[in-house]
Amino acid sequence: MRRPQKPGRLRQLLTRRAIVLAGMQAGVIGALGWQMRRIAVEQNQSFRLLAEENRVNIRLIPPVRGLVFDRLGKPLAYNEPTYKIEIVREQAGDPEAVLRRLATIVPITDEDIAQALEEMSNRRGFVAVPVIKDLDWEHIAAVSANAPALPGISAELGHYRIYPQADDFAHIMGFVGPVSDYDLSQRDDDDPLLLIPRFQIGKNGIERQIEKPLRGKAGVKRIEVNAIGRVMRVLGREESQAGSNVQLTIDHRLQKFAQERLGENSAAAVVMDVRNGDLLAMASAPSFDPNKFVRGISVADFKDLNENIYKPMLNKAVTGTYPPGSTFKMVTALAALKGGFMKTNEKVRCKGYTELYDRRFHCWRRGGHGNMDLHNSLKQSCDVYYYEVAQKVGIENISAMAKELGLGVPHSLELPAVREGLAPTKAWKKARKGEDWVIGDTLNASIGQGFVLSSPMQLAVMAARLGSGTKISPRLVNAIDNRPQPVRGREPLDIEPEHIKAVQKAMFAVVNERGGTAGGSAIRKKGWEMAGKTGTSQVRFITKEERARGVIRNEDLPWERRDHALFVAYAPADNPRFSISVVVEHGGGGSKAAAPIARDIMREALELGADNGYRALPTDVRAGKPILGDKA
Amino acid sequence: MSFVNNNVRTVPTGLSKVLFFNWPLALLLTAVASTGFLMLYSVSGGDIERWAEPQIIRFCMGMGVMIFMAFVPISFWREISGIAYIVGIALLLAVPYIGETRGGAQRWIDLGFMTLQPSELMKIGVVMALAFYYDWLDERRISHPVWVLIPIILIIFPAVLVLGQPDLGTALLIIAGGAIIMFIAGVHWLYFAAAILSVSLLVTGVFASKGTEYQLLKDYQYKRIETFIDPSSDPLGSGYHITQSKIALGSGGLTGRGFMQGTQQRLNFLPEKHTDFIFTTLGEEFGFVGGIVLLGLYGLILLFCYVSAFSNRDRFGAIVTIGVGTTFFFYFAVNMSMVMGLAPVVGVPLPLVSYGGSAMMVLLIAFGLVQSAHVHRPR
Repeated sequence: MRRPQKPGRLRQLLTRRAIVLAGMQAGVIGALGWQMRRIAVEQNQSFRLLAEENRVNIRLIPPVRGLVFDRLGKPLAYNEPTYKIEIVREQAGDPEAVLRRLATIVPITDEDIAQALEEMSNRRGFVAVPVIKDLDWEHIAAVSANAPALPGISAELGHYRIYPQADDFAHIMGFVGPVSDYDLSQRDDDDPLLLIPRFQIGKNGIERQIEKPLRGKAGVKRIEVNAIGRVMRVLGREESQAGSNVQLTIDHRLQKFAQERLGENSAAAVVMDVRNGDLLAMASAPSFDPNKFVRGISVADFKDLNENIYKPMLNKAVTGTYPPGSTFKMVTALAALKGGFMKTNEKVRCKGYTELYDRRFHCWRRGGHGNMDLHNSLKQSCDVYYYEVAQKVGIENISAMAKELGLGVPHSLELPAVREGLAPTKAWKKARKGEDWVIGDTLNASIGQGFVLSSPMQLAVMAARLGSGTKISPRLVNAIDNRPQPVRGREPLDIEPEHIKAVQKAMFAVVNERGGTAGGSAIRKKGWEMAGKTGTSQVRFITKEERARGVIRNEDLPWERRDHALFVAYAPADNPRFSISVVVEHGGGGSKAAAPIARDIMREALELGADNGYRALPTDVRAGKPILGDKA
Repeated sequence: MSFVNNNVRTVPTGLSKVLFFNWPLALLLTAVASTGFLMLYSVSGGDIERWAEPQIIRFCMGMGVMIFMAFVPISFWREISGIAYIVGIALLLAVPYIGETRGGAQRWIDLGFMTLQPSELMKIGVVMALAFYYDWLDERRISHPVWVLIPIILIIFPAVLVLGQPDLGTALLIIAGGAIIMFIAGVHWLYFAAAILSVSLLVTGVFASKGTEYQLLKDYQYKRIETFIDPSSDPLGSGYHITQSKIALGSGGLTGRGFMQGTQQRLNFLPEKHTDFIFTTLGEEFGFVGGIVLLGLYGLILLFCYVSAFSNRDRFGAIVTIGVGTTFFFYFAVNMSMVMGLAPVVGVPLPLVSYGGSAMMVLLIAFGLVQSAHVHRPR
């Protein structure tokens, strides 16, 4: 079959073709080498970087949150170590058996076990799945002792925020909670810590407002991971930096006293040091337990808080704004004196009302006060005196004086939702309501009604300024990490001292002289006397018909339509040290509902007064260390 | 006559054949395989029993088979070429009935001591059958259309069977390998020009018709073809492999990150790190230098095949030698192109380096043929 004829020709052809083929193959090999060079040598840098990115993961080490203390070094917020138990499926072997064994030493339910098993089945084998949290040390010790029988079980340390003063400081401290998408959208904060699931951030109060210093700085753990994310080893570690410790100006004893004194009322009380603006107490009632929020508040509890008409969640001291009522009369009086529209001894006749363009503006006393000078108008809180004076002074001067005394202006406090209140002007009404200012508005404003609004905190500032004669501003944070925060507003008020004297004298009379509206609430101790002013602000319009029939008594009205009761004061009258404001929402008359509370709190403040200097924070108290023996 | 028979120019007999082995080729094969052992040891993280040891054992067995085959005269292998081809076809036909399914494709037959991929065996079967055919065929008929059609059928038939497994990569390699043998056997170049032209026209036509009312394929088929050609269009599938593979190669640099220091492979970013993608580990740990050395070894193996073929006056032996060399070439060229992102991801192992018995055994059997042709070449 084989035909050896012309083998040479065929071989030649084969050789030729094979050489062509070999040439092409050599070309391909060359191209492969070239591509190899391109990838490995030329693009080496970028590929090496990519390999590094593949390999190295950065894990954050959450810092321990800073502690908060009162002025005496009493802890208001600290962190308690807490343990949770986790299980790793692939280490456990038979997870269900291990969990059953665990159940004999730790209180876990069948539900917990079922949940953990289900979660494990959804995750990769090396992922730690939580079994139970909030275990105490004894249980953890038992688990550790039984570790050999519990493969795959590990205890993980975390921290819980504890508010030892509970309800007393709920509004000041606020609380922490897990960061939410809403928080992220609200805050201009690119701290990577916020991306940790369930990372705790301040949700309210001080916790929210000085979140950044309290939070501290994240530590970083560089770990090598493989393609499915399993941790292979730790490459490096940079410890986290605990948050700053914060000292407030509040005195926890006075705060507690004030909170208790407000009791079940829907009320607020603010005590301020007139010399430096330190807020010593800032109570808002009713209150709540912030610890409940940290641990995850139950739906029922939250519903209770949310639907309570007394609004326990609201910090009424700074967020509640009320018509100041007669406590505003000092403003109108000083505005009149300053502008020279009225002299201290000039008299106005009060016949129970002022008539203006067919409309009657009533004094609270139907029969009128007779002839009133400045002193008596404040002492007896005559409305007509101010109606008359206001027509001369005008709203712009009143508004300017209100702002000078701290009403209707912002005060910078480390709290959320600090309201500015309102010292209305003609321009404000035009812009806001689109209507022209009418003289009736001025009359209403002159007695702290109508558009005028202020918060209890602002009223305490007003009292402090009247008592000290300076533009002192409130201060809530004394120091952050022992760095003192500045005192603001030591400069004198832009008011003639004798005008202030006249008002101070009248405020003394309100409390301490016969016929003063707060006569029943004087502190009868030499050198501790208060100077103050009552206020009762209407929240409803009293019609002509009702006036004719007789004004309905507060007690006969539904709660939310009763008058607000207010009282502002400073003490001691001859050497002012503290100012106070008390607002009892819908409490009725200021002299009956607010003044006695203010007296008691002021008395407590004066009693504690000798002992409320600052205690430096012990330097070794770092965030996270449990403070034993000094809780609550 | 006896003088002539004992002359070095005559074919050796008996044990003295050992002296006439193509030892440099055997050495090169061992060098490449050893690189493989090293890499398998590295990707297993220092666990020699996992991949390196079985691979060494299989290589030794394969070398034994190769040496045995080298002792058998090439004429014997020529005579059984047809049988080898028919057995290969039979095995391919049997795969759907007795084959194992792995990864969605039915390609393996379990022989007890090893699993065999008949499609691998068929590459050699086609080479042998075509070499036999062209050794037998009268020179004048080589380019006659009828005598061109026969080898085309011999190639297309197994290719279609492999395609049905489905294994497009191997099917294409069988066709390419067969075509190369027809080329070196001397089939007129116009046939090849015509084939290339018509394939180009067909491909152009298929893609040009896309989106028109005369569309030749279904939409998902186009999508599949596109993914095949351009893996980056499927970043989580084969695109992921290519990306990670290039990262590994690229991060190696000139001299690599050191033996067992590659992070890509150790941390499992590389898919199929011990089989089809083992070259990336070599690149990562020994860098450009390591890659070029292996490529050089492959090139030398190919070169020795050509040298052996050129010195062989036996047409069957020469064609088989070049055919085996070319098959070998396709293995490493396609595999390397794949891991370097130059070719679509097809399941082609890096010859003698990738973990796996089937491909290694088939290759060493093939080189057994080359050795036999070399030892028994008429001089």
